[in-house]
Amino acid sequence: MKKMYMLEDLDCANCAAKMEEAIKKIEGVTYARVSYLAQKLTLEADDAVYDAVLAEVVRTCKRIEPDCTILLK
Amino acid sequence: MTKKQKKHLTRIITAAVLLAVVWLLLPLEGVWQLLAYCVPYFIVGWDVLWGALRKILHGELLDEEFLMSIATVGAFALGEYREAVAVMLFYQIGEWFQGVAVGKTRRNITQLMDLRPDYANVLREGIEEKVDPEEVEVGETILIRPGEKIPLDGIILDGTTAVNTAALTGESLPQDKGPGDAVVSGTVNLTGVITVRTQSAFGESTAAKILELVENASEQKARVEGFITRLAHWYTPCVVAGAALLAVIPPLLFSQPWSVWVQRALVFLVVSCPCALVVSVPLTFFGGIGGASRCGILIKGAGYMETLAKARTVVFDKTGTLTKGSFTVTHIVPQKGSKDDLLALAAAAESFSRHPIAQSVVAAYGKPVEAEPEDAKDHTGRGIEAVIGGRHIFAGNERLMNEIGVPCAGVNEIGTVIHMAADREYLGYLVIADTPKPDAAEAIRSLKAEGVEKTVMLTGDKAAVAEAVAAELGLDEARAELLPADKVTAVEGLLKTGSPLVFVGDGINDAPVLARADVGVAMGALGSDAAIEAADIVLMDDAPSKLSLAVRLSRRTMRIVRQNVVFALAVKAIVLLMGATGDANMWVAVFADVGVLVLAILNAMRALLVPKK
Repeated sequence: MKKMYMLEDLDCANCAAKMEEAIKKIEGVTYARVSYLAQKLTLEADDAVYDAVLAEVVRTCKRIEPDCTILLK
Repeated sequence: MTKKQKKHLTRIITAAVLLAVVWLLLPLEGVWQLLAYCVPYFIVGWDVLWGALRKILHGELLDEEFLMSIATVGAFALGEYREAVAVMLFYQIGEWFQGVAVGKTRRNITQLMDLRPDYANVLREGIEEKVDPEEVEVGETILIRPGEKIPLDGIILDGTTAVNTAALTGESLPQDKGPGDAVVSGTVNLTGVITVRTQSAFGESTAAKILELVENASEQKARVEGFITRLAHWYTPCVVAGAALLAVIPPLLFSQPWSVWVQRALVFLVVSCPCALVVSVPLTFFGGIGGASRCGILIKGAGYMETLAKARTVVFDKTGTLTKGSFTVTHIVPQKGSKDDLLALAAAAESFSRHPIAQSVVAAYGKPVEAEPEDAKDHTGRGIEAVIGGRHIFAGNERLMNEIGVPCAGVNEIGTVIHMAADREYLGYLVIADTPKPDAAEAIRSLKAEGVEKTVMLTGDKAAVAEAVAAELGLDEARAELLPADKVTAVEGLLKTGSPLVFVGDGINDAPVLARADVGVAMGALGSDAAIEAADIVLMDDAPSKLSLAVRLSRRTMRIVRQNVVFALAVKAIVLLMGATGDANMWVAVFADVGVLVLAILNAMRALLVPKK
């Protein structure tokens, strides 16, 4: 499953790059792209583990960029 | 500016004023001086310090906020209060500027891609309802008033109007539309009220597809962006390691004074963020793609822009790409009498026929025919015969003339020749051919000027026609009589040279070739979903000159990217070097760092500008 999420208060390009790198390392993630310009996260993971992966992604983002929130629709 | 950015700016200004006051007006000493400088420092930097603290708790030690905090607290410890406040101040100015600039670029691009219709007036059982375009189903009737955006793709049922397609094609000349014509979502109805039968749901409409395409263009990374990301990954750890060594080694091993070397190490920390590089490269591509879409050129990703800028070989399809793809009368050669008379007679004779060649003669005449043809007869594959104003007219090829026993000279022209005879007397001939688009030759010339070495035309047409067109347009090579599969083989052959290859076609029957080329360009894509899907770059209208414009914009974008990368790396390297030797203090470092960021961003925003025609 591939989904797109808006990011709120993603303030720096370098942090976006670091977030992307960290998200890619999470187990179960098959594709990740954090676009600072579009303020968007694109995440792809296997359907079976998607929710668990997403929860881990949220935790990772909080660690790297505490101000930035992933808007989970 | 957003509310947050305004607040940020207020803090920066307040801190700057306070710094000036403390520095210039308050003759304080010792602890009081320290406390006085702490006021502007905390006003401008509390969030950075707080962020740094939180990140240490998360184990993120190579974070820019953390490094800035170390640098400034270190400066305080060394008694360099002014420097400490200034570094924090300038760091925040850089952050603020970056936020504002990126926000502005994003808004610019969204605005110019202002295609999303807000509502549709749908007619249901004779009653007009204003609904969300997503709620309209295929086959419903919608009403569009002058000034309204056309919400969905469809066919005009009733009414005539002019439509502005500028938002899609960049072409500001309105197009006239009447019943039976197709209209495309995202364009604007200008003059008349029209009713339209919808042909697609909103999600499948042209406007929605294009919006999706532009929004996803930032998904794909260019090679240079990948390089920058890898560089940024190593840059900060290296600089921080350098700072640590600089602070510790000379005092321990060579009994140098600690304060001098710690100070130099702090200079390193000030320039430890690769921000200018990391933000400016994608921002430049974002701007470049946005600027291009404003001209009706949709580029599906930064990587295609990169390749297009390096294009050495451009391969064109002929019909519909370089030529109009429709027949026009190119020569009128009367045996006696005037050209107009011959054309008028031909138009009258051909007016009953639906054949494309006949239609082109009627179109060339451009007026209603004077005399109705009687006893019209079609000689399939040869021509027609009709009685007009009492005269027995034959119009057709050499074979038809031979059959009726009218002698006609062999004509050596490119295209289809129609000989005319009245009452068995030869009148002259017309030549009908597919003509090159008006801007095709100019497009080839400017591609050459942009550094394209080889232009090739592929066509299924006859060799004589291909060569004539190639000569007229100044193409290097023409390959004729190719089947669709031959075109793929031809492109594969050209790809073997190894230089980037661009293929330009109409996107309808050349999808395999589009896919095979390094960059596939589909033109005339307005209203053709297949073309939008198949190509890497989509030209919304069918002007070949848009391709040379796309190449020009890509090359400019790449130039800006290179300038920024070289400039930012050079300045960082110089500051690090000067910092290590003690020639650069914290003032120099912070000016250089923020200066590079601001200049790189301003330079990147240039990519958004569209050159005047």
